[in-house]
Amino acid sequence: MSRVRADEEEYWHSSKCRAFVFDDEEDELSQLKESKRAVNSLRDIVDDDDDDDLERVSWSGEPVGTISWSIKETAFSSTSSLEGQDSSLQKGSSSYPALPKQVSSYSLSSLFKGRNKLSSFQSLSDALSDTGVKNYAPELRRPKSEYKDYSSDWSPKDTVRRMQRGKVCSLERFRSLQDKLVLLDEAVAGHDGNVITAVLIFLKRTLRREILFRELEVRQVALCHLIHFLRETGEQKLLLDLLRFLDRTEELALSQYREHLNIQDVEKRKEFLKGCIGLPFSAEDSSHIQDHYTLLERQIIIEANDRHLETAGQSEIFRKYPRKALILNKPLVTTLFYCCFYHYREAEGTFSSPANLKKTFKIPDKQYVLTALAARAKLRAWDDVDALFTTKNWLGYTKKRAPIGFYRVVEILQRNNAPVQVLQEYVRLVEDVETRLNLATKYKCHDVVIETYRDIKDRVQLTAYKSKVERGSAEEEKINNILSN
Amino acid sequence: MAAHLSSGRVNLTALREAGRRELREFLDKCAGSKAIVWDEYLTGPFGLIAQYSLLKEHEVEKMFTLKPGRLPQADVKNIIFFVRPRLELMDIITDNVLREDRGRSPQRDFHILFVPRRSLLCEQWLKEQGVLGSFIHREQYSLDLIPFDGDLLSMESESAFKECYLESDQTTLYHAAKGLMTLQALYGTIPQIFGKGECARHVANMMIRMKREFPGSQNSIFPVFDTLLLLDRNVDLLTPLATQLTYEGLIDEIYGIQNTYVKLPPEKFAPKKQGEGGKDLPTEPKKLQLNSAEELYAEIRDKNFNAVGSVLSKKAKIISAAFEERHHAKTVGEIKQFVSQLPHMQAARSSLANHTSIAELIKDITTSEDFFDNLTVEQEFMSGIDTDKVNNYIEDCIAQKHPLIKILRLVCLQSVCNSGLKQKVLDYYKREILQTYGYEHILTLNNLEKAGLLKPQVSSRNNYPTIRKTLRLWMDDVNEQNPNDISYVYSGYAPLSVRLAQLLARPGWRSIEEVLKMLPGPHFEERQQLPTGLQKKRQHGENRVTLVFFLGGVTYAEIAALRFLSQMEDGGTEYVIATTKLINGTTWIKSLMEKLEPAPF
Repeated sequence: MSRVRADEEEYWHSSKCRAFVFDDEEDELSQLKESKRAVNSLRDIVDDDDDDDLERVSWSGEPVGTISWSIKETAFSSTSSLEGQDSSLQKGSSSYPALPKQVSSYSLSSLFKGRNKLSSFQSLSDALSDTGVKNYAPELRRPKSEYKDYSSDWSPKDTVRRMQRGKVCSLERFRSLQDKLVLLDEAVAGHDGNVITAVLIFLKRTLRREILFRELEVRQVALCHLIHFLRETGEQKLLLDLLRFLDRTEELALSQYREHLNIQDVEKRKEFLKGCIGLPFSAEDSSHIQDHYTLLERQIIIEANDRHLETAGQSEIFRKYPRKALILNKPLVTTLFYCCFYHYREAEGTFSSPANLKKTFKIPDKQYVLTALAARAKLRAWDDVDALFTTKNWLGYTKKRAPIGFYRVVEILQRNNAPVQVLQEYVRLVEDVETRLNLATKYKCHDVVIETYRDIKDRVQLTAYKSKVERGSAEEEKINNILSN
Repeated sequence: MAAHLSSGRVNLTALREAGRRELREFLDKCAGSKAIVWDEYLTGPFGLIAQYSLLKEHEVEKMFTLKPGRLPQADVKNIIFFVRPRLELMDIITDNVLREDRGRSPQRDFHILFVPRRSLLCEQWLKEQGVLGSFIHREQYSLDLIPFDGDLLSMESESAFKECYLESDQTTLYHAAKGLMTLQALYGTIPQIFGKGECARHVANMMIRMKREFPGSQNSIFPVFDTLLLLDRNVDLLTPLATQLTYEGLIDEIYGIQNTYVKLPPEKFAPKKQGEGGKDLPTEPKKLQLNSAEELYAEIRDKNFNAVGSVLSKKAKIISAAFEERHHAKTVGEIKQFVSQLPHMQAARSSLANHTSIAELIKDITTSEDFFDNLTVEQEFMSGIDTDKVNNYIEDCIAQKHPLIKILRLVCLQSVCNSGLKQKVLDYYKREILQTYGYEHILTLNNLEKAGLLKPQVSSRNNYPTIRKTLRLWMDDVNEQNPNDISYVYSGYAPLSVRLAQLLARPGWRSIEEVLKMLPGPHFEERQQLPTGLQKKRQHGENRVTLVFFLGGVTYAEIAALRFLSQMEDGGTEYVIATTKLINGTTWIKSLMEKLEPAPF
């Protein structure tokens, strides 16, 4: 594109324009002025190299950029806000699919994100009653009539409607259970979560728990809002009581289990998970929860041991490959990899032996072999790799077998920079001829390519392959031998 | 700045104008110079309503990002917080206000603008902290439906799907109904309402109720929309899970479009200046706005990606030829004409350069082996092949620890295409996922089950094949270059949601009653009475205008399919699209995942 631009420059500076010899009959002067003006304004565009500037700068040079851009600009003088902007620029700059951040959310759940303090909600109704309002700074433009809003003789329906419009209303005057329920039903009918929740908080504060639960049981929408509210504000105890009352056992179990995420201390987390084991999960889930506990318990033991080994400096593997991160709270397969890496030869009796993990967690063969292969290949322990796939039959003959396709084995080895000698041994085992040829060609396992062509008696391809091997090499000789036979 | 909004059948500039007016009115209430402190998440959506110049005209001199600590020194009379009603933001505001230097003179006045609405709870929260009295104006700015393009409106409410289908929180629906009331106030009462799904039913009910309760809303505007179609996302859970194959859809899948902007890796956009042989590669991502204001983009965005290359090369030839023209311009008239075209040509050139670069970036990915394998599996599922057993590719991806969201998308797709997975298959996937990615994801899997995306097959009957055949969801002979059916947007799969819209227009839903019953939620029709003077007398050959509202999100590929229907010569219907959020499979699944604490190291 720059070439085009250079041409333009040349054109506009060239003599044709400067000569002013035009044959047009119109008023030349005015026309020229116009054309000159056009050329000049054009230069703004032509000289502007970055197209971005077109978006950002208007003709007068005023910034007309987007709001977010302008924030950066106007905040420029303040260093503190500049830092903040910088960090925000970093976000999402990776080339990996940037997931849109939460852009804006309007509804109930957004009101309570990450909120744990509850005390403040106890007195919500204060805000809704007139005493609170009088503390407000004088609101100059508020018409007098609006003060009437607080005079408290609104019907439930009107109260809800006013609250929907963001106006302050007193709920305290709804004293009887009947009144409160009518108010709640009106709020629900309005579908505005903000109002429903405000009413629920009022009821929660003024009604006995059993009555609240009983009434909500027949009001599903309000019930959902309360559950959601309790979850977001972290009122775990009341939430669990409610779920128990409703007999929603599985939900109760999961809610309780979710709590472990908030426990940072691993010992405490482990104890907490232990407590979750007996909860009424579905049969399938409950075995996973049990496994979760067992895994963390294992990890804690392994971690303590390995930290000791590492600091003592006696173990070669830890000296050679210092650990980059703790194994605590890592997934099972990651743990298996770790154990295959650091504890491969341990007897099955130890907690950190891969065989023990496999047995305890019923890890499928496929998964086990893949993980062990990756770990051993990373250590370039080719003998271990070999042993993984070697089986003896009852006559004592050995045979190579893999629960995963050998093409996968080749891929993993290749990713770990296995030497050609190792690689070709497994390429040779790939059953499908075409796949084998592809892999062998791709990874330059010449022997395998040559043998395969020989086996399928493809002279043409074999002859052609001669150009791929080094002149005068053993491979070339091999090809020549086969071809001359 | 907003010409693209008036390019469609319905002039959405009016909606944007209404938004701007409201904003101006608020700003003028706070007399004197101002600084705005922004909830960062709002800047994107606000940018679609107003540019900085508008704020500046109303004495906004400084703008800051909301964060804890002392507010920057700025000699302004007013400090205005633009925030969503969220408690953690109230804490930051409290901190800002408490740290304000009381001794400074003159004192600065504080105000809050809640977007999209005031919240009783937030105000209570501020009161608890003892700062509520510091705010002179506390108002709301109801930014319900934001115009994204000439035919596209979004509420940009990211958690809408989760709230509607997981938590039974109908607040978003309430806002959707309010947004529709605003639309009707500007564009007239919509005489016909169709809908499918529980949420659709709710929204229609609320609209009718609001209309009844505010009789003043009866307006005398000649209706622009003939029909409103409300569709629940959970009527069609399949479509967003599949990889979108339109140009815009792929940009979104790969880089994520936010509020019409996309950030791209800068390498391919390096300025090639003379003498600077490519050193100093830019490191900041290249940010581009994508909308129909850009002629070229409007032409290619809805095409299947395989048809984009040929358009780009054709355009390149045209533009080169146009630039060549200058050598033939001899007279002043000719030069003048050439000059007058230059800005346009210059813009076209840079637009072409940008899209050629983007297309290259995308091609790198779409030609990769993994993209192909992934797509093959998706297409097998959608055409009904091997949906009832454990899939090898998915298994391999788990073993190689591909991103969890990718796995979940595929497993959910398989589940949806099989009306639920066999218990054995489901258990197998769950186990593999939990062992590889961590047991805590059991919470996410549970959410997906609750949303109906991942479930065990309850009856032995799989309805999907019937639905697929009746609605012709899978087309074998798809034409990507010159499409004759909406299935081109997924290279074979016709989005169910859009098929429903298409069949509603012609021949009507009565023809597919049986299938409608297999899909979740009620289907219904409502009519809103118009005063006699406003009843439309259609000119012969004039197209109907239908507003399709996707409750729970819509993908760019679905939008492309609706635009394709709008442009069909004998289609008879033009579509305007509204939604709670623009989504793709990844952002959608992500919104359903349990937020896990960051690992403790």
